[in-house]
Amino acid sequence: MTRTRTAALVGNPNAGKSALFNALTGARQKIANYPGVTVERKAGRMSLPSAEPVELIDLPGSYSLDAASPDEEVTRQVVQGQFEGQARPEMLVLVLDAANLEQHLVFAQEVIALGCPTVVALNMVDLAERDGLAIDPAALADALGVPVVATVAVRKRGIEALIEAMAEASAQDLSTRHRVAALTLPERRLAARNIARAAILSESSEHRLHTHLDKVLLHPWLGPVILFALLFVVFQAVFAWADPLIGAIEGGADGLSRLVIATLPESFVRDLITEGVIAGVGSVVVFLPQIIILFAFILVMEQSGYMARAAFIMDRLMAYVGLSGRSFIPLLSSFACAIPGIMATRSIADPKDRLTTILIAPLMTCSARLPVYTVIIGAVIPASSVGPQGFQIVGLQGLVLFGLYIAGIVGAMVVALVLRRTATKGAASGFIMELPKYQWPPLRDLLIGLWQRAWVFLRRAGTIIFAATVVLWLLLTFPKAEPGESQLDASAAGHIASAMQPAFEPIGFQREMTLALVPALAAREVAVSALATTYAVDSDDEAETELALRGQIAARWSLPTALAFLAWFIFAPQCLSTIAVARRETNGWQWPAVMVTYLFVLAYVFAGITFWGATALGL
Amino acid sequence: MEQHPTSDSTTLDTLAPLTRAEIISVDWSSLAPDEGKRLRALGLDEGARVAIAHRGVFFGKDPIALTIGRTTVAVRRAHARAMTVRPA
Repeated sequence: MTRTRTAALVGNPNAGKSALFNALTGARQKIANYPGVTVERKAGRMSLPSAEPVELIDLPGSYSLDAASPDEEVTRQVVQGQFEGQARPEMLVLVLDAANLEQHLVFAQEVIALGCPTVVALNMVDLAERDGLAIDPAALADALGVPVVATVAVRKRGIEALIEAMAEASAQDLSTRHRVAALTLPERRLAARNIARAAILSESSEHRLHTHLDKVLLHPWLGPVILFALLFVVFQAVFAWADPLIGAIEGGADGLSRLVIATLPESFVRDLITEGVIAGVGSVVVFLPQIIILFAFILVMEQSGYMARAAFIMDRLMAYVGLSGRSFIPLLSSFACAIPGIMATRSIADPKDRLTTILIAPLMTCSARLPVYTVIIGAVIPASSVGPQGFQIVGLQGLVLFGLYIAGIVGAMVVALVLRRTATKGAASGFIMELPKYQWPPLRDLLIGLWQRAWVFLRRAGTIIFAATVVLWLLLTFPKAEPGESQLDASAAGHIASAMQPAFEPIGFQREMTLALVPALAAREVAVSALATTYAVDSDDEAETELALRGQIAARWSLPTALAFLAWFIFAPQCLSTIAVARRETNGWQWPAVMVTYLFVLAYVFAGITFWGATALGL
Repeated sequence: MEQHPTSDSTTLDTLAPLTRAEIISVDWSSLAPDEGKRLRALGLDEGARVAIAHRGVFFGKDPIALTIGRTTVAVRRAHARAMTVRPA
């Protein structure tokens, strides 16, 4: 049996490495973390023309082997063969942006000097041509002493030639290869200029699309307006576009439930499947459309190059609370889910900045809270319009939802401000970021990115959420109630909730709500399925069972109670996965403990204030 | 060959937008070591030719987008203040 060879993609950030990785490996990718560090390890399989399999690793983009961030440190260690648990790659594919040759050659020389078989992918030659640049790959190959293949990863141009070159390089006898002396940074910079000049055949006067776009998108007044308008559209889309898909998933779950009822005899297993599994998991999977829509926007913003501009615009605001524009990207991702958000903080070089961002990420309203918000708002807030007389075009429900998002953001900013003066005290961080060229995001890369995110979510639904739902259903079903006794009172879950109830009674929570908080620790959205399961089990009356959860809540909860529950969910740290990710990313329990504590305190206090305030106002 | 600030030299943050200039010295001691490293890696070093492409949003003059070669790099005003430039 032949051993699988390892190759690694290296290059500057924004060289188009990910697109090339997708083009070389297709969807056959595995995403994990490097052991011990919090840097994402992307690996995929590709085959050489000889059908020999190669494991390709996509290394984090770097400017230099003299690492300035944890990402760059991983790249350095892997290519130098110093990373424990990761065999040194036998071959390197060095990705250069053709339109940015001189800058990228500075790092390229460092990589080539390592002496590992290297193939250069001169990527994005189409964008270089758009900028009026013509480059001679042969001249570049001569100057660098390694093969150079022109590619356009997003259009899969040059990919076959690149694979051929990789096959040849892998057959190369290393001992005959002359080693290149390592140069200092100024020497490499000078050499880069000379090599680039020699390889560039012609360079017309710059007609660059992105300078024109930047004039508008980074305009001191227009830029922020465009960004906020875009964010508004994103959140509108998340709610409006997802509706039909959500309906379809609900219909599907309903049909499945009927099918099970029709085929299986009445039994414990049938109840477990319909009331526990389908009702529970189904009520969570319905949020997949919203997650996908939100991530689609985030991915388009990232892949088009706009996200860096958004960071530029937001930097000023973030600076007020002691953060930088870099924190904007993880925080925006956290609106979909705090887990990728917290993982995205790895690009923040400053450790205190990064820590603060991790700690406030759970305050961004993630999509898991949407189910809770939408169900409760739908139940207790009238679907009327508000606004000045004659212009009542703003839906009250949407307004409340918007208010909940804003409450989370304001909370995060205040917490950041406090943290930067206490727990994560230190000099204000800087903001240094390359603004990449604009490009049309390739559909294929977008779809691969979406698939990966959707898969992470579905896996959660299939494991944590599935388990939590089933356990909860069992706790609710056993022990069985005596005749005349309510099942909820008799059940184990009922006893747990009763024990917790004294703590939550003062802030207006009913016992079913307290009960829902327990499984919601696994994942927030389980609160909805928990309520659904609780009410489904509790009602013997068929007509009542048919009442939607929304109706149940409207009938059972007072307005102050419902508002207090919403306020709780703005802050409550109810997601074990987030806590686990925070632990991994901060290398210990200390910071997750700080996070959980401050979130619980805020949740309790704000739910209380909301309940008492609303009650005092006579709502 | 070390170049000293001359009468027409100024710090980068005060440079008029779209004016080409050469960085003649950088006060690395005023910058955090990792930030200095990152700036050098992006080519913002002595001898580099730069121009301010955009600055700030609303009334703020922070951050600043610099063009260097064919790249655009965002930095804070404090970074630009550490760099002495001469019109080029």
